[in-house]
Amino acid sequence: MSYLIKGDTGNWEVVIGLEVHAQVVSQAKLFSGASVAFGAAPNTQVSCVDAGMPGMLPVINGFCVAQAVKTGLGLKARINRHSVFARKNYFYADLPQGYQISQYDQPIVGEGTIVLDMPDGSTRTIGIERLHLEQDAGKSIHDMHPQKTFIDLNRSGVALMEIVSKPDLRSPEEAGQYLRKLRSILRYLGTCDGNMEEGSMRCDANVSVRPAGSNELRTRCEIKNVNSVRFVMQAIEHEARRHVDVYESGGTIVQETRLYDSNRDETRSMRSKEMAHDYRYFPDPDLPPLIFDQAFIDKIKASLPELPDDKKERFIRDYALSTYDADVLVAEQENALYFETVAKGRDAKLAANWVISNLFGMLNKQGVAIADSPVKAKDLGALIDLIADNTLSGRMAKEVFEVMVETGKAPAMIVEERGLKQVTDTGAIDAAIDQIIAANPDKVAEYRSGKDKLMGWFVGQLMKATQGKANPGLCGELLKKKLAP
Amino acid sequence: MSLDKATVRRIATLARIDVQEAELEPLAGELSAILGWIEQLQEVDTSAVAPMTGGTDAALPWRSDVVDDGGQPEKVVANAPDPQDGFFTVPKVVE
Amino acid sequence: MTSLTALTIADARDQLAAGKVSAVELADAHLAAMEKAADLNAFITTTPDVARDRAKASDTRRKKGDVGALDGIPLGIKDLFCTEGVLTTAASHILDGFKPPYESTVTAKLRDAGAVMLGKLNLDEFAMGSATITSYYGPTKNPWKAKGSSVDLVPGGSSGGSAAAVAASLCMGATGTDTGGSIRQPAAFTGIVGVKPTYGRCSRWGIVAFASSLDQAGPMTRTVRDSAIMLQVMCGHDPKDSTSSAHVVPDFEAVLKQGVKGLKIGIPKEYRPDGLNAEVSALWDRGMGWLKEAGAVAVDISLPHTKYALPTYYIVAPAEASSNLARYDGVRFGLREPGKSLDEMYAKTRAAGFGAEVKRRILIGTYVLSAGYYDAYYLKAQKVRALIARDFDQAFEKVDAILTPTAPSAPFGIGERMDDPVAMYLNDVFTVPASLAGIPGASVPAGLTATGLPLGLQVLTKRWDEETLFRVSQVIEDAAAFPRLGAS
Ligand SMILES: [Mg+2]
Ligand SMILES: [Zn+2]
Repeated sequence: MSYLIKGDTGNWEVVIGLEVHAQVVSQAKLFSGASVAFGAAPNTQVSCVDAGMPGMLPVINGFCVAQAVKTGLGLKARINRHSVFARKNYFYADLPQGYQISQYDQPIVGEGTIVLDMPDGSTRTIGIERLHLEQDAGKSIHDMHPQKTFIDLNRSGVALMEIVSKPDLRSPEEAGQYLRKLRSILRYLGTCDGNMEEGSMRCDANVSVRPAGSNELRTRCEIKNVNSVRFVMQAIEHEARRHVDVYESGGTIVQETRLYDSNRDETRSMRSKEMAHDYRYFPDPDLPPLIFDQAFIDKIKASLPELPDDKKERFIRDYALSTYDADVLVAEQENALYFETVAKGRDAKLAANWVISNLFGMLNKQGVAIADSPVKAKDLGALIDLIADNTLSGRMAKEVFEVMVETGKAPAMIVEERGLKQVTDTGAIDAAIDQIIAANPDKVAEYRSGKDKLMGWFVGQLMKATQGKANPGLCGELLKKKLAP
Repeated sequence: MSLDKATVRRIATLARIDVQEAELEPLAGELSAILGWIEQLQEVDTSAVAPMTGGTDAALPWRSDVVDDGGQPEKVVANAPDPQDGFFTVPKVVE
Repeated sequence: MTSLTALTIADARDQLAAGKVSAVELADAHLAAMEKAADLNAFITTTPDVARDRAKASDTRRKKGDVGALDGIPLGIKDLFCTEGVLTTAASHILDGFKPPYESTVTAKLRDAGAVMLGKLNLDEFAMGSATITSYYGPTKNPWKAKGSSVDLVPGGSSGGSAAAVAASLCMGATGTDTGGSIRQPAAFTGIVGVKPTYGRCSRWGIVAFASSLDQAGPMTRTVRDSAIMLQVMCGHDPKDSTSSAHVVPDFEAVLKQGVKGLKIGIPKEYRPDGLNAEVSALWDRGMGWLKEAGAVAVDISLPHTKYALPTYYIVAPAEASSNLARYDGVRFGLREPGKSLDEMYAKTRAAGFGAEVKRRILIGTYVLSAGYYDAYYLKAQKVRALIARDFDQAFEKVDAILTPTAPSAPFGIGERMDDPVAMYLNDVFTVPASLAGIPGASVPAGLTATGLPLGLQVLTKRWDEETLFRVSQVIEDAAAFPRLGAS
C-alpha cells in the first residue's frame, strides 16, 4: 500500500523523518529546582539558573536521566552509559543563557525501533536514530504590545527528550501512525504525557521527495511547530506536493525551516530562522560527562510496564482477539486495563465487543475520558454476566447499558427496577408458540412446504407476544421443534 | 591564518556585536595576528590524544527531582531594563 | 601597637580573640585607609555600611562566644563574585546597575565565617587581562613604584584591585579568581601571596564566568598563613556547582610548619627560555637554594609542551567565554541600548557594553568554534591541553612540587604593552600551564628587582595537594624575608 504522489513526469515517493520534542514528566526542571507545572503566572517558575543570571550553574536532575533511559528502553534502543552535554549557541529572546544545553555527538540514547500497526493489519518497523536530553526555551508572546515581544521564562529549562526517527516514513499516514504509537509508548512509560495541545509533545517533520523507485535522498525541508497529529499529516502532504511541483517546473528545493499554517493549510519559509545558522556546539564545561552503570539501567528495566506491542501479542494469544481489536484496546494503557477487568473470567471476545463498540462509542460521543466513564469496568462485566446467564438478551443488554450510562447504576439493580428479566421458561414460550401457530395456519403451511425464511417472521411474532423478554436463542430452538412437519 | 573583513563581519554577526565598517579592517588585523600566533599548535602531534573537555575528570553529580526554587518573580525581573506586567520585554519579534 | 591595617589575618584573629581590638575598630581603620588610598582605584564599589553592620554583628557574636574562623576580619571581594543586593559589575559597562538577588558560594562561606566585606574590588573586564587596565571603571594602580620613579605601574591582573588593596593594606585579604594566572601574577606584581587551588576546590557558583573549565577562586593575602586560613573557609564541596569536588579538605594551617625536608622539587627547563629576565632567573635560583637549605632536593624536569600552553589557552578560554558571555544581551539585566529589532538591540547593547579586549576574545572564541574551524582550533587545543596535563602528571611521578618564576617580568607602566595583545598575553606564560592542567599553584613574594619592584616565585603541586603547596610556600616566605610595603 505505497503512497505515491502523481506528477506530470511520473510518480513520486515521499521520504519523512520526524523529530519529536517530548517534555519529560518530572517535578523540577532539567538543571534547576524550579517547578515545571503548566499554566502558572509569568516568571513564577523561574530560578536564577533558568534566567541565565551571571554565575548561575546547572546541576542535572537525576530523575530526568532515569526517564530518558526508561524511554530508551521502551524504544528498544541502545543506552549510552557515557554521554555528553553540549552547548548549542544562538541568540533568541527566550533563550536566556544564549545557548541551549543539549546533547550533540554523544546522546544518552542511541538507535532503536518503533513498530507501526497499519490499519490494514500490516506492520512497519521504523528506525529511531537517537534520543537526547535538552532544555526547553522560554515563551515569546508577540500579541501583548504593539512594539514589544513579552518574554516568560516559566518553560525555560524544562526537560525535553528529543526523539529523532530515521528517514524511514513513507506517507503522511505512516507519520501519523508513528506519532500515535510513540505517544502511546511514552504514556505507558509515564515519561511524557503526550499532550500536543499544551505543547508537551511537539513535532518537526523533515520532508523530501524522490522519483518512485529511486534511492536518492533529495534536499529536505524542516517543518516546525506542528501541534497535532492531523496537522503533521496535512503539513507533510502539502510540503511533499510543493516539492513535486517545484521539481516538475524545473526548480530546486533549498534546505530551510518552514512553518505550517493550519488555517491556510500551507507551509512558508521562516525568515527569522534563516540568518547564519552556526550553532558552535561544544561540550558544556559546566557539566562533566553523564555516566551511569549497568545496574542503574537494569533497575529501570525491571520497573518497565508491559508495553503496547507485548500487550497486544498477549491479548491476541490469551484472549483470542483479532489484531484490530487488540490494536484498539492497547493504544492506551487505561483502555487495556479496563478491558482486562471486564474480560477477566468472561467471554473475552464478547467483552472486547462491548468495550470497543459500546463503551468507546459512548465515551467518544460524550467526549469523556475513560477514567471518568459513567460505566465502571466491574459494572460492564456484571452486564456481560447477565447476558451469559440468559437474564438479558443482547437487545435488552443494550437498553440496560443506556440506563447505566445515564444513571451510573449497577446493571442488576436496573434489571430489578425495570422488570427486564428475560423469559426463559419454556412452558410460557411453548404456550405462546401454540397460540401463534393456531392463529396463522397459512404461514405454518408455507413454512412447512420449505419457505425457511419465514422463521424470522415467527421469531418476531414470538418476541412481540412476550414483550421482547423471551430468550432469542430459546425462541428459535422451540419454534423449530414445533414447526417441524 | 588571516581573517578578511567579510569573515570578521560574519563572526561579529554571529556574536551579535555591532562593528562599524571602519573598525573591520583593524580588527581583522588584530585577530589575524592572534590567530597567526595560535597557529603553532598545528605542529603538535595529537593523533593519539583524547581531548581534555573540561577542568575535571569527575563524573556528573545528580540532583533529586524536588521543587526547591522559583516562586520569586519579582527577583527574577528586578534587574530587567524594561519589565512589564511580570514579563521581560524586547523589541517586537516578527516570525 | 602597630597600625591596625598592618595586621595579618592571623594576628588580627589573635587580637580579636584576646579582646585587644574590636571588629568595628578593624573595619573603621580599613575604611579610612581605603578613603585615603582612593587614588589607587582598587575598589569599584565600597560598602562601608555593610562593613560596619557586619563588624558590629561580629562583635556581638564574640561577646556570646560564638565566632567563625574569620570573624571580624575585613576583606575585599573581587567584583566578579555576585554579592546579594550589592552592585556586581565584573568591571564591565554591560552589567550596569546589576544587583544580584543571590550571594556566591565563596563569599557566602566567608560571610558565614564572620568576615567583614569592605567593598568590591577592581579587575580587568570579565577578568580578561593581566594588568587591570581593561576595567570599565579605569585602571588600578600598583601601590609599588620603582625607586626614584613616579611612574604608575600596573598591579597585574585580572585580580589587580585585590592585589593592590591587599598590598596597600586596604584590606587584610581579598578574594581573587584565576583563569590563566589572574591570582598568581598580580600577587607577584604587588608583593603578596596568591593561591589558586585545584580546579574544583572552590565552588564557581555565583562567580561571573569567564572560562568555566579554568576559573577558580582563591585567596590573596600578605602571608602564606593568611592564605591558608582564608582558603580553608572558601573551599569545600558545593552541590550547586557540578564541577565542585567532594574531596576532603585538609587542615591547611596545620601543615604550614612541616618544612620541606626530603621533598623533591622539580625545576622545569622549559621555564628558562632564552632571554629570560636575568633578575627573574637569579631569583628562581635563589629560591631553589632556600629550599635546598631547608632539606629539599632539586630535580631537573621537563614539561615539553609548555610552549604550547599560551596558544592553547587563547583558544580554550575565548571559546568558553564567547558562550558564557552570550547571556549579556540587554534582556534580563544590565545595559540595554535601544534597537529597532531584537538583533539590532543585541548588537548595539553588546557593542556599547563590552570593551575592546572582551570583544576581541568573544570574536576569537566565536571563530574557533564556528563551522569548519572547530577541529582545527578548539578540538586541537583540547588535545594539546591533555598533553600539557599529562606533562604535569608525569612530572609529579618524580617530584613533590615544582618551582618556577610567577611572571617573566616585574610590573610595568600603565599604558605599556597595550597595543600588542600577544605581548600582553605573554605575562601569563608561567601561570597558564597549571591552569590548563587544573593543578594548584601559589605565588609567594620572594625578592625585589634592582629598582625595588616585587618579584614572585610560583609553587605548583599535583591536584588536591595544597598541603605540600603551603609547606613549600611557607619555607620560601620564611627564607625570603620579603620587605612588605609599609611594614618597615
Ligand atoms: Mg533538532
Ligand atoms: Zn531539540
